[in-house]
Amino acid sequence: MALMMLTEAIARYVRDGQSVALEGFTHLIPFAAGHEVIRQQRRNLHLIRMTPDLIYDQMIGMGCASELTFSWGGNPGVGSLHRLRDAVEKDWPQPLKLHEHSHAEMAVAYTAGASGLPCGLTRRHADTDLAKVPDARVKAIECPFTGDSMTAVGAINPDVTILHAQQVDAAGNVLIRGIVGAAKEAAMAARALIVTVEELVEQLDADMNAIVLPDFLVTAVAVVPGGAYPSYAQGYYSRDNAFYMAWDDIARDRQRFRDWMERHVLALPDQAAFLRELQVSA
Amino acid sequence: MKESGYTADEIMTVTAARQLRNGAVCFVGIGLPSAACNLARMSHAPGLVLIYESGTVGTKPSVLPLSIGDGELAETAVCVVPLPEIFTHYLQRGRVDVGFLGAAQIDRYGNLNTTVVGDYSKPKVRLPGAGGAPEIATHAREVLIVMKQSPRSFVPRLDFRTSCGFLDGAGHRRASGAPGRGPRVVVTDFGVLQPHPENDELQLTGIYPGVTVEAVRAATGWPLKVADTIEQLSAPNPAELVCLRDLHARTEAAHAHRVKI
Repeated sequence: MALMMLTEAIARYVRDGQSVALEGFTHLIPFAAGHEVIRQQRRNLHLIRMTPDLIYDQMIGMGCASELTFSWGGNPGVGSLHRLRDAVEKDWPQPLKLHEHSHAEMAVAYTAGASGLPCGLTRRHADTDLAKVPDARVKAIECPFTGDSMTAVGAINPDVTILHAQQVDAAGNVLIRGIVGAAKEAAMAARALIVTVEELVEQLDADMNAIVLPDFLVTAVAVVPGGAYPSYAQGYYSRDNAFYMAWDDIARDRQRFRDWMERHVLALPDQAAFLRELQVSA
Repeated sequence: MKESGYTADEIMTVTAARQLRNGAVCFVGIGLPSAACNLARMSHAPGLVLIYESGTVGTKPSVLPLSIGDGELAETAVCVVPLPEIFTHYLQRGRVDVGFLGAAQIDRYGNLNTTVVGDYSKPKVRLPGAGGAPEIATHAREVLIVMKQSPRSFVPRLDFRTSCGFLDGAGHRRASGAPGRGPRVVVTDFGVLQPHPENDELQLTGIYPGVTVEAVRAATGWPLKVADTIEQLSAPNPAELVCLRDLHARTEAAHAHRVKI
């Protein structure tokens, strides 16, 4: 098992200019890992995520990214991701090139990537402008059997996928449960897989059909309790909806955002200190 | 609020909830659609099946989720499936009766924009984007739309067409091969609009108490057509209001709760 400190995992496997997917659909978002990427000042990343969420708002605002592949970029139930918007609308802190899809397209793109296929398929949705944007990675094709109209979506194969999960066992197998989003597909599509987990256990608490990533798929594991906060880990702690609402004000202003990141991320060594600073843990 | 005894959001939510029949399989979005679906489930439609795009099927939350993937949705679901399956096995396979959408802009044929205001490459306002909407709009058997009505949101021409309604109208959608029937009703803060049976153009078919046709026209960015007979929609009844307000109060308390690890 490639158990190591998170700092070492990011230092070793995440490089400037790579395509990096931090997945987890609302649930199990790897915030601790994202913060470590910010601390280590990675630049010109091509970030990939269905829902950029606060973690990409932070990474974009701190200048880690030059490209973004995504399908829905808001603060769920709250409003805009102000740092994402500022990058797109005003090029601050740098221009951000967008590749956008629908959720369904991204789901099949990850699945294709995980399956060793060059593209995934959906039944064609009725005409929209999404297929017409510059560099759209979708093409209309015809089914060779029925003639039905379909959309081919270019596969997504991130250089690195980073997940947060509940448990790793002594052999290095990883358990994910609850809302799983496209985490498994993003993991299987990647060239390298880094996972942070809530805890190391002797034996996984897993049903026979649970989502387990066997150890040989996992490049590096780091034990980071609370590593998904302010997202959540089913069975461990819940989503901090109050924090998500508070983020709207913090991120609205460039200076306030920078100050907040300086104090809560850059000035602190790790997630444990971050949780103490926010008084989430004792 | 003082004069009528309810807010614009409340009558919109109640009107939308009344559109949902018991037993329907409903693909739910966050915000007002989620409130309307759960109000319906807690009142006249206990058998309503709620699917959220995070993969939760048949979920019965007691408080409204802030995000599409709150733990409450998973804990109260019949099952939680990987996200690709929600879009392929459930939605694309034709297993969703009702899709529920909102948008920043709508046109007279019920096409929706959730992508940008202004030019795509240099947008005035960058909106969140497509999410699940293009496929929901295509595959759900029918679509309900909920939006506040103003000339800025009900526009003659969309800045970007993210999700389709009736495309250019007059049967264009049907001819395109989209499996679902498209928007059945648009619920606004003035009343409801429905597509004309032949040319697909949205027309005013119902208004709330105290609303005039002139006011609705003034809040629409194109010359709004009006149906031959206009239904006077009823105000929220006391039971609906109590249920909805309790739901919002429980939700607010839950969302204010700070997490401890």
